[in-house]
Amino acid sequence: MQRIKSLFIANRGEIAVRIIRACRELGIVSVQAYSEADQDSLAVKLADKSVCVGAAPSKESYLNQKVLIEAAMSSGADAIHPGYGFLSENAEFAEECEKAGLIYVGPQASVIRMMGDKAAARKLAHEAGVPITMGSPDPITSAEEAIEIGRRIGYPLLVKAAAGGGGRGMRVVNQESELRESLERAAAEASAAFGDGSLYIEKYLSPVRHVEVQVMGDGKNVIHLGERDCTIQRRHQKLVEEGPSPALTPALRERLTASAVAMAQRVGYRSAGTLEYIVDAAKQEFYFIEMNTRIQVEHPVTEMLTGLDLVKMQIRIADGELLSVTQSDVRTCGHVIECRINAEDPEKGFMPRPGVLGEYVTPSGPGVRLDSHAYPGYKLPPHYDSLIAKLLVWGADRDEALSRMQRALGEFKIAGVPTTIEFHKRLMGEKDFVSGDVHTRYVKEQMWAGHPTQHML
Amino acid sequence: MADTDVVSEVTGSVWKILVAVGDSVEADTPVVLIESMKMEIPVLAPDAGVVTKILVAVGDPVSEGQAVVALGT
Repeated sequence: MQRIKSLFIANRGEIAVRIIRACRELGIVSVQAYSEADQDSLAVKLADKSVCVGAAPSKESYLNQKVLIEAAMSSGADAIHPGYGFLSENAEFAEECEKAGLIYVGPQASVIRMMGDKAAARKLAHEAGVPITMGSPDPITSAEEAIEIGRRIGYPLLVKAAAGGGGRGMRVVNQESELRESLERAAAEASAAFGDGSLYIEKYLSPVRHVEVQVMGDGKNVIHLGERDCTIQRRHQKLVEEGPSPALTPALRERLTASAVAMAQRVGYRSAGTLEYIVDAAKQEFYFIEMNTRIQVEHPVTEMLTGLDLVKMQIRIADGELLSVTQSDVRTCGHVIECRINAEDPEKGFMPRPGVLGEYVTPSGPGVRLDSHAYPGYKLPPHYDSLIAKLLVWGADRDEALSRMQRALGEFKIAGVPTTIEFHKRLMGEKDFVSGDVHTRYVKEQMWAGHPTQHML
Repeated sequence: MADTDVVSEVTGSVWKILVAVGDSVEADTPVVLIESMKMEIPVLAPDAGVVTKILVAVGDPVSEGQAVVALGT
C-alpha cells in the first residue's frame, strides 16, 4: 500500500524541480520549502503547495532542521526529500524526521553517519576488499611516525586534515626533507579552518581520473547502474560528467562496479548512493575515496544511459517497496555527457556572478535533456550555488554525443550573467578531451596554462 | 591625496575582514573575503597603501561595485 501521499521538499533550485516532477508522475502531492529569496522560484510555481521556511541565508532556512520538520508536519506531508547539499548527508536530520513520524527519502541514519566518517568508510572498504590509497589508518601522532609511513609508501604523498574538505589543510609533499614543515603548516591550517589539527597521510597519485559508481539498494538487495566519469573539474568541483567512462576497460569496469556493490551490500544500503573512486588509467587501477549517501547532481547521466528514473526509485524504496529491477535487467545504451551551466566567469577564474537572466533560449531536439530551474527574468540569488542548468545529451556513441553537445551548446543563449557555455564549447573541441586523455588537473594545468587566473583553479 | 576605494567585483556577503585600520598592504593583497554562491571570493587591494577605513562588517550584504575598504597613501 502506498504510504507516501504527500512529499515535502527540503531543498531548492533544479533538484527541487526534479523531485516535483517525480512526485507528479507518481501521483504524490508535492510541498515545496522556500526561503524569502526563492519565493519566485520555478519550484514554488510548479509545486502543489509551498511553505516559506525562513530568511535567505541557508542557516535560517534550508539548514534549519526544526523549522523544516515543523513545516513538513503542518503541511500534512508523509515524507521528506532532502535533495543534495544542505541537510542531505546529515544523520541527525534523518533521525529527527523519523522521530517526527516522517519517512526520510534516503538511507538509514546510521549509514549516513558511518559514511560521513572518513576513517570508518576507509575501514569498511578495506574489509570489503576494495582498494584504498595507501596511508595511515588513523590520524598520525608524531613527525617520526609520519617519516616512517613516508618511507614505507613512498613520495609524493598527501598530508590531509582529518576533519577537512575543500582542499584546506591539504598539502602535497614531494620528499622527506619537506615533510616536517608541511605537517606543521597543514596542522595550523586545519586547526584554523576546522578547529581540529589532526592529520592523515596518503599516497599522492597524479595524474588520475575521478570515476564514480551509482548504486541503488532497498535494504536487502543492492544493484549498480554503471559509472560516471567526472574528471573535468576546477577547484575540486565537477564541470562535466559522462558515462560510460572513456578510460575503463570492460575488465576494470567489472571490478569497479562489483566493489561498489560489495561495499553497499555490506551495510544493507537503502536508496540511491554513489561510491567515488580515483582511477589510474595507465595502470588500470582504482582506489575508493568516499561514498555519497544521497542523490547526486549528475544522476541524470545514469537515467539517460539506463532509462531508469532514479528519483522515483528512491521514493518508492522509501515507501517500503523492493527494487523492481534486478542487476541483469539493467542495460546501458549509448553515451551521455552532462555540462554544468553555471553563472560564473571562466575568464576570471570561474568567479560566480549572481544577477538577473535576460534572454534565456534553451536547446532541444534529438537526444537533449535540460534540468533547470531558470527562466527569462529569473533572479539568481547570491546566497546559493551558481548552477543555472544541467545540459545533457545522449548519443549512440561518444562521437555523436560530442557533436550533439556542441550543437546544443550553440543553441543555448543566456544573457544577463556570464556563464560556462563558452568554456564547454571550447572543451568539447579540445583534442585531449575528444580522445579521452584527461586528468583531474586538466583544466588548471592544460587549458588554463599561462592564464592570469590559473592559480585560482 | 584622496583615499582609494577597494571595491567588491561580486554581489554576496562579507565572510571575513582580513585587514585592520592602519595596516600597510601591497597591491593584490586580499583585504576582505566575500561569500557569493557558496564560494569565497577575495577582494584585492588595487595598489599598495595604508588601510584608512573599513566600510563593511562581517555578514553585511555587498553589491557588485560597492566599496569595502578605503586605502590612503
